[in-house]
Amino acid sequence: MTRTPPRRTAPPLPRVGRGWGRGAAPLAATLALVLATPARTDEIWVTNEKDDTISVIDTATLEVTRTIPTGERPRGITFSKDFSRVYICASDSDTVQVMDPATGEILHDLPSGEDPEQFVLHPDDRHLWIANEDDAVTTVVDVESRKVVAQINVGIEPEGMGVSRDGSIVVTTSETTNMAHWIDTATHQIIANTLVDSRPRHAEFTETELWVSSEIGGTVTVFDIATKAEKAKIRFALPGVNQDLIQPVGFEFTPDLTTAFVALGPSNHVAVVNMQTYEVETYILVGRRVWHLAFNRDHSQLFTTNGVSGDVTVIDVASRTALKSIKVGRFPWGAAFRPTE
Amino acid sequence: MFRLFVTIASLAVTAPARADLPVAITYLRLEVDRPPVLSNLDPVPEDLGIAGAEIALADTRTTGSFLGHDYSLTVVSLPPDGDFAAAARAALQTSRLILLDADPAAILSVADLPEAASALLFNVSSGAESLRSADCRANLLHTIPEDAARTDALMQVLQRKQWQTTVLVTGPKPADRAFAEALRRSAAKFGIAIAAEKEWTFDTDLRDSTMDEVPRFTQDFPDHDVILVADETDDFGRYIEHNGWLPRPVAGSDGLVPTAWSHVIESWGAVQLQNRFEAHARRNMRGPDYAAWAAIRAIGEAVTRTSSNDPATLRAWLLAPDFQMDGFKGRGLSFRAWNGQLRQPIAVVNARALVTLAPVEGFLHQRNEMDTLGLDQPESACTAFTESP
Repeated sequence: MTRTPPRRTAPPLPRVGRGWGRGAAPLAATLALVLATPARTDEIWVTNEKDDTISVIDTATLEVTRTIPTGERPRGITFSKDFSRVYICASDSDTVQVMDPATGEILHDLPSGEDPEQFVLHPDDRHLWIANEDDAVTTVVDVESRKVVAQINVGIEPEGMGVSRDGSIVVTTSETTNMAHWIDTATHQIIANTLVDSRPRHAEFTETELWVSSEIGGTVTVFDIATKAEKAKIRFALPGVNQDLIQPVGFEFTPDLTTAFVALGPSNHVAVVNMQTYEVETYILVGRRVWHLAFNRDHSQLFTTNGVSGDVTVIDVASRTALKSIKVGRFPWGAAFRPTE
Repeated sequence: MFRLFVTIASLAVTAPARADLPVAITYLRLEVDRPPVLSNLDPVPEDLGIAGAEIALADTRTTGSFLGHDYSLTVVSLPPDGDFAAAARAALQTSRLILLDADPAAILSVADLPEAASALLFNVSSGAESLRSADCRANLLHTIPEDAARTDALMQVLQRKQWQTTVLVTGPKPADRAFAEALRRSAAKFGIAIAAEKEWTFDTDLRDSTMDEVPRFTQDFPDHDVILVADETDDFGRYIEHNGWLPRPVAGSDGLVPTAWSHVIESWGAVQLQNRFEAHARRNMRGPDYAAWAAIRAIGEAVTRTSSNDPATLRAWLLAPDFQMDGFKGRGLSFRAWNGQLRQPIAVVNARALVTLAPVEGFLHQRNEMDTLGLDQPESACTAFTESP
C-alpha cells in the first residue's frame, strides 16, 4: 500500500551555457539549440500569486534578473501590443495595475470590478475584458479613458478569457457553472452558453476553433466557432498517475497552429497535442502543479509556471524536453513574453 | 497510453427559450437537544448545514438562469420531538428531492416511506456506518462522509508521519463511543496501535484545574506518540492538548481533526467558496455545511447535464461511472455506485492550518485512491444498489 508515490517532479537541470565538460554531454544537442538563439535580452514575466511580485526571467541566460513588487495576489498578466505597458490582475487589491515594464513603476490602476483573476486584451489594443471571479461578472474596461464600458453577468467564478482572432467574440468560462459564455463584443450581449466539463479554466481561439480546458473534468473541449458545437474532446492519460490528478489548466498554441502545449496541473506534466488529429503526442515532466505557459520570441522555448514548487520550467520545443528549472517567487501563476528591442 | 474521443455534435445550448424546468428541493431537519458542554467558546451555529444549502442554491440558480432551470429550496426544521416522517410526507407532495438532516433512525423512517420510493434523498448529517452498509437504501445518497472515512484519513496521516502508537480517551456519549469504534477500526486498518484506552469520567467543571487533573489522568498511559480523543459533542477534548503527562499531540475530535470541510482549506479555488459562504452566513463553513452544499451542487450538476427534474434520471446520472463534480478539494467528486456515498477527499486540519487532504500520497487503490477512505465495496453489506434497476 505504500509504494513509491506516482507524482514526480523534474529534477533541477544543469545551468544552460555552463557546466561544459562537467558531464553535460547528453544535453549537448539541446544546448546547441539554445546557444544558437541570438543573445537577446528578451524576457518572460511571471506573476507570483503568494509573493505579490513579478519575477523577470532573461530568455538568453535563463536567470531571474529582476523582482518587481505588485499589488496583492497578482495572477493574469498581459502586455499592450507595443509592449510599452504591462497589465496585471492584482486580484486581492481589486484592481488591474498598469506598469511601465522598463522601470517597473505602476503608472495607474484601472477600474476592474472585484477580484479580477484573468483577462484578455482585445485586438483593438484598447479594451481589456476581465473575469471578476468573486462577482460572476465580466467587466470591459477602456484602457485609455480608464472607464468601465460594460459589465456582463456570467456564471459563478468566471476565469478563462479568450478573444476571437477577428475580435468579434469574447468567451468567458465560469468554473462553477461549467460553461463557456460567448459574448458579442459589439453589443456586449451573451449570444450562446455552451456546457463544458467540470471547472473550466482557460480559453483560446484559433481562426475556426475555440479550445476550453476543464480542470476537474480532465479534458480540453474543442468547439467550432461557426456552429458553436462541440467538435472534439481531448483526454489525457499518464502511466502511474491517477486520472483525477490530470487537470488541464493553461495552454498555448504554436503560431502555425500545429501543436498545443497543455499544462496538466498536479500531474506535473505538459501534454503536447497535435492540433489536426487532437491526439496527444507526448508528455513532458515539469515542476509541481503547472499552471500557465509562455513562449520565447522564436517559439523555440516554452516557460511553464509551477505553482507548488515555486519555479519555472524551460522546455525546449523542438526536442520536447525540459531544459532547466528556474526558482521564482511563491506560487507563480501567469506568464507573458516581453521583447526588449 | 493515449486516448482520444471525438464527438461530432453535442450540447450547444443557446439562450433559454423553452418554459422553465422547476427543480424543487427541500431541506428537512430534525433538531437535536444539545447537551451542555464545558466551554461555550464555539457554539454550534443555528443554521449549520442550512447555510451550505443556501449558498449552493445561489450558485446553482445562476447556472439555471442560463438554461431555463428554476431551482427552489424550502427549509423545514422540526423540534426534537416533531413527527419527522409526517413532515417528510408533506414535503414529498411538492418536492421529490430532499436533503435530510437528522439521526439515522429518522433518516430511515423517511427513506422507507412509500411516498419516498420514487424520490431522491440525501443524507447530509449522519456519519453512521450502518447507513452505508446493512441499512443502506436505494433512494438515499450520502454527501456527508461516514465516520470511517474521517478516521481512515487521520490514520493515513499518523502512518505517514510514523506516529504509530496511540492511546485513546473516549467520552461518555453515544456519539463519542461510535467515533471511538471508528478510530479503532481505522487504526487496525492502517497498522496504528492503540496501546491503552481510558473513559473520560470527570463530572466536574475542570476548566480551572486542567493543569492539575489532565496530567494525572494521562500519567498512567504507556508511552505513545499521539493521544486520540473521541469527544464528538466538543465537551472536554479542548482541555487535553498541552495538558498531557507527556508532551504529545492530540488527534481525533480535537487537535489534529479529520473533517469534510474547514475554513482553513484555501487551495483548489476553495477561497472563492469560503468567501461566498462567509459573506452569506457571517461565519466559517463547516463539514455539515459542505455536505448540504455538495448535495445541492450534485442535484444541479445532474439537472444541468440531463435537463430533467426526474429523480430517477438524476440518480442514474449521479451514479454513472463517469460522473465528476468539482468540490474545491482538488479531485473530482463522484458517488460510490454500491452504497451511494459521495467519494471525496477528507481534510486533516488543526485549528489554524490544513495539514493535508487525504488520501495521503502513497496510499493506493485499484479503483480510486479516495476509496482508501471509508467503507470499500467488499466491506459494505449494502445490496440495495445492486438489486434495484
